Amino acid sequence: MSGVALSNETQRADGRGTNAVPRPLPEWAVRVLSLSGLLAFWWVLAWAKADPMVLPGPQTVLPRLGAEAMSGALWHHLGATLWRVAQAFVAAMSLGLVLGVLMGLLPRLNRWLDPWLVFFLNLPALVVIVLCFLWIGLNETAAIVAVAINKIPLVTAMMREGARALNGQLSDMAQVFGMSPLARLRHILLPQLAPHLAATARSGLSLIWKIVLVVEFLGRGQGVGFKIHLHFQMFDVTMVMVYALSFIAVMLAIETLILQPLERRARRWRDA
Amino acid sequence: MSLQVAIRAKRFGPTEVLRDLVFQVARGEVLAVLGPSGVGKSTLLRIIAGLDTGFEGQVRREGRLAMVFQEPTLMPWRSALDNLRLTTGVTAQQAEAALSRVGLAGKGALFPGQLSLGQQRRLSLARAYAAKPDILLLDEPFVSLDQALVADMLALTESVIAEQRPATVFVTHAQNEADRLATRQMVLAAQALA
Repeated sequence: MSGVALSNETQRADGRGTNAVPRPLPEWAVRVLSLSGLLAFWWVLAWAKADPMVLPGPQTVLPRLGAEAMSGALWHHLGATLWRVAQAFVAAMSLGLVLGVLMGLLPRLNRWLDPWLVFFLNLPALVVIVLCFLWIGLNETAAIVAVAINKIPLVTAMMREGARALNGQLSDMAQVFGMSPLARLRHILLPQLAPHLAATARSGLSLIWKIVLVVEFLGRGQGVGFKIHLHFQMFDVTMVMVYALSFIAVMLAIETLILQPLERRARRWRDA
Repeated sequence: MSLQVAIRAKRFGPTEVLRDLVFQVARGEVLAVLGPSGVGKSTLLRIIAGLDTGFEGQVRREGRLAMVFQEPTLMPWRSALDNLRLTTGVTAQQAEAALSRVGLAGKGALFPGQLSLGQQRRLSLARAYAAKPDILLLDEPFVSLDQALVADMLALTESVIAEQRPATVFVTHAQNEADRLATRQMVLAAQALA
């Protein structure tokens, strides 16, 4: 209440109230307002273009989205894509974590592997995808491997930074007191890597689903990328947008309902 | 003998920091290691703790080891209670008792960041206490504390050592601290430049 009283005083003092500090909106309200703004922007663009074949507005896309959801096709393809994202995500995060930590902790290994890392960081996603399909075949394994290979170097680079910043005194303490390797991993190593892991997971997820779409676009028979390819060939912009939007919604939900709460939990001790 | 040390030489590159150090510490003894900064006191302690294995000679440790570092060296993401439990393997009840022993009763649920510096030092001492060590290593644990806190921690450390009687090696540069805690004293002198 003191904040309110103070701003009232400020208003009275200068007589205009321009210096009054407004109470900031809650996080969720900002998100909802901001996304509504995006929706309005889209609607205005569609209205100005006035050609639903080229840029359909929300009033065209949303009913089609509803119909696709009712038919069950939307869920089938969203599920297929999400499953690929999940597999590639787990593979890339775990391999990248191990590699990055090893490179961060062992300077000699890092000297030898760093050029490889630079090579793979600069390998275009499309090249990896095409080569995986050519070498492994047009199958699920190739799809997951291609996506994981694209993401592993990024995870490795970020985890290496995390491992380099590890607190040596804590490792000494753990050794002197004879903590088991598992206890050290859980209570010394992972809590220090948690902020890097969270940042990597968030950037990783958005990158991975974009690559999964390209993989599906090029060589899978189901999934969001496949549907976008299909409707692209039929020049059905509305359906392209239906699938793109629904998957963005899924990713937003994962970010809000899973990643952010996990990150908050890992940060609990900082805010205490 | 709980602790037997026989170091022939310890070098950092071409620089020899320690040479021909032979001593033993029995249970209940407190050996103070004195000397100017940079003379190798902390290096000696790291060798005894097994943290530095790149030396000529050997160190024999019998039984459980605990150490109080210059900094509190706590896990900031674990509660005070967990800082004791996870490092020493004691039960929650024993950890609670160790907290009471150093005057931190009822603070078990707090994170180290919520404790004052003095309380963090006490927690670090409680961790060594909870470990029931056969060998206790103290690496300048009172450095950079104000006088009141030093007196406080000295008294607490003294009573904890008297109670558990570990073989203690106490690195310090303060003669008065050594006089207070130690049963024997050893002064490290700088190596003559070759």
